[in-house]
Amino acid sequence: TLAQLSHVCSYKETEELRQRKSQANGKILRMSSESDNSSMNFDETALTLGLPGKSRPSVGEKSGVKRGFSKMVDLNLHQKQSNDQENDGSQVEVAEPANSPASKAQIAGWPPVRTFRKNTVKSCKYVKVAVDGAPYLRKVDLDLYTSYQQLLISLESMFSCFTIRNCMNDGNLMDLVKGTEYVPTYEDKDGDWMLVGDVPWKMFVESCKRIRLMKRSEALGLGNIQNSCYNSKDTSIVIKHK
Amino acid sequence: MAHSFPEEVLEHVFSFIDSDKDRNAVSLVCKSWYEIERWCRRKIFIGNCYAVTPRIMIRRFPELRSVSLKGKPHFADFDLVPEGWGGYVDPWVSAMGRAYPLLEELRLKRMVVSDDTLEMVSKSFKNFKVLVLSSCEGFTTDGLASIAANCRNLRELDLRESDVEDLGGNWLSCFPESCTSLVSLNISCLGSEWSLRNLSALERLVGRSPNLRRLRMNRAVPLDKLANLLRRAPYLVELGTGAFSSELHPDVFSNLSGAFSGCKELRALSGFWDVVPAYLPAVYTICSGLTSLNLSYAAVQSSDLVKLITQCQNLQRLWVLDYIEDSGLEALAESCKNLQELRVFPSDPFAAEPNVTLTEQGLVAVSEGCPKLESVLYFCRQFTNDALFTIAKNRPSLTRFRLCIIEPRTPDYITLEPLDAGFGAIVQNCKELRRLSLSGLLTDRVFEHIGTHAKKLEMLSIAFAGDGDLGLHHVLSGCESLRKLEIRDCPFGDKALLANAAKLETMRSLWMSSCSVSFEACKLLGQKMPRLNVEVIDERGPPDSRPESCPVNTVYIYRSIAGPRLDMPAFVWTMDEELALRLS
Repeated sequence: TLAQLSHVCSYKETEELRQRKSQANGKILRMSSESDNSSMNFDETALTLGLPGKSRPSVGEKSGVKRGFSKMVDLNLHQKQSNDQENDGSQVEVAEPANSPASKAQIAGWPPVRTFRKNTVKSCKYVKVAVDGAPYLRKVDLDLYTSYQQLLISLESMFSCFTIRNCMNDGNLMDLVKGTEYVPTYEDKDGDWMLVGDVPWKMFVESCKRIRLMKRSEALGLGNIQNSCYNSKDTSIVIKHK
Repeated sequence: MAHSFPEEVLEHVFSFIDSDKDRNAVSLVCKSWYEIERWCRRKIFIGNCYAVTPRIMIRRFPELRSVSLKGKPHFADFDLVPEGWGGYVDPWVSAMGRAYPLLEELRLKRMVVSDDTLEMVSKSFKNFKVLVLSSCEGFTTDGLASIAANCRNLRELDLRESDVEDLGGNWLSCFPESCTSLVSLNISCLGSEWSLRNLSALERLVGRSPNLRRLRMNRAVPLDKLANLLRRAPYLVELGTGAFSSELHPDVFSNLSGAFSGCKELRALSGFWDVVPAYLPAVYTICSGLTSLNLSYAAVQSSDLVKLITQCQNLQRLWVLDYIEDSGLEALAESCKNLQELRVFPSDPFAAEPNVTLTEQGLVAVSEGCPKLESVLYFCRQFTNDALFTIAKNRPSLTRFRLCIIEPRTPDYITLEPLDAGFGAIVQNCKELRRLSLSGLLTDRVFEHIGTHAKKLEMLSIAFAGDGDLGLHHVLSGCESLRKLEIRDCPFGDKALLANAAKLETMRSLWMSSCSVSFEACKLLGQKMPRLNVEVIDERGPPDSRPESCPVNTVYIYRSIAGPRLDMPAFVWTMDEELALRLS
């Protein structure tokens, strides 16, 4: 229904995203909050996986699992807090959806409370995110988001060479981005694989056990994809292969 | 005189000497004592796995039965040490597998342990008895399955606070039916979803372990299974429950209550995830015997907490969430006169506004009412110098004092002054203080107090404090007993570090992150001090890709006779002499 769709995607953002996409010509975008639209800077590099820096450590399975979205926010701010004068040009901009709790300034490792304590007291809904073909997993805390759009933006920031696009059954955008289209899917409590976006957000958070960015070709097997009211306003994720 | 006792007699005498310090002293008396001692030492504790190599350990002590190792620095607990930094136990286990076939105990803290390593442990040591993995990571339930399956005489398996990947198998059923030796099992860190097969495997294991005295379960063990487990293990001394919630049902409650009253030896309780307050009274019958209570996962209101705690008159240790509030701590101070250790954790560390009424008043009340209080960890949002004066005056017996005021650089909320004087009073009055963590608004003055008075201080944690190098200099030059110093986000730089370089060899380690230590100073230190490993952790790339005066992200300095380590990841650089030559 229309009500569901507007809950899931913001039309305005969609339009802008498409424009940016065609301008950027496949470059990785920095997703900014609405208030920041005018200062969109394509030269700013994006999103690395965990920590800022050119020589990144090889990210093994475990490290991917450890760092979630909020961690990246932490680290980004942490960098800003340090005393160094240098601007090494590899600043990391992390997507901060408007009104996200993660956008509140948090200092890395402060207060000194161990992660397992933070997880067990406050409600935390960490789920693993896997991408077909990518060697590592990441974790997201679904409780940090209030909408699908926020989640998808965050997923974008987590894996390199991501582009979110909202397409309306078009083929021309596919040409722009020479990559494999991925569809966000999730495993629910019953063990069924569903399309992300099919149910109201809260219901999704409640029932999601893990997320998998599935290659579109495989996702066609999911019956829902044709019938989903979501389809006409398809939100998918494109990953470019290096 | 050295020849008046035959070796065997000396060896027999030494066998009564247990403490590491005494053993070390014995070994320094003369050469023959050194020789005799090293052959009969059975236990070793290595506080920094990179301070020494397996080969050196094995060469000196050929007959060890018990080895304890620590890996990552303490700040790794708060995610300040990047993934892949190090702390791998595998080379140690490989070497020990060959050298110590009779090894019985392995205790690891903050180390990276793989499933392969666990399998090696389970197969290399025929008499293996004790495995403690504290805050470790890198292994899965498959590794645990090897331990369960192959260690015939396992007495203790303790996974406290480790990060274990649950592969969903049924590793508990890998304990053979013939395994009846378990004394202690701590799996509280495991996941919160378990199949019925796991649960029944646990029940069977508990049922055939007559020596089981310590059992800490994970959240997945539901409350309605607890009574059954308790009835199978009525001699338990320590219990960690699973989830403490269930639909309210009188049968479940009375069953549980009955089971608890059968456990007359219980002294320690923990667990209590997802607590439904109505079930707390089920433990009332054993409260008077409790010495240790860990309610730090129990999100319940102060009144429910108080009802429970006030029944535990013999309590020595309490860990609790700040839901207890000042009023609850006042009640604690009234009821629990034997309290030695108090830890109050924040229920919502990131909330901008306080969600509970927990202030300096609560801690002051406990310091007034509990004459045996010696160890404090307290998270709160406000404090005053006056409160610190009072606490110091009330409890000069404090040995560990860690205060965390959640917002960095928070001043005394009444006078708006720094908390220098208050912490100064703590170090001045509490002459036996061994561990101190500072917070709030602090200038160099507090470090002057610490350097002047904290003569027994062994571990100091500093964050967002001080004005400049003088602060660090006070600490390094004044604290005679200092072993571990960890600092983050302080304006401490090169001068104090280089001026006190020799001091660093008397300490286990120094951690400084987000401070003002330059690459140049790190190089210099590494060059001048060959018995120190000076490691720069910086994710911005090689330190020499930036000007020498540029501060490094993190420098971690530790004494070592092993030389620079060889297992560093791409974001760690060692400042040894060779590097200096290479870069010059």
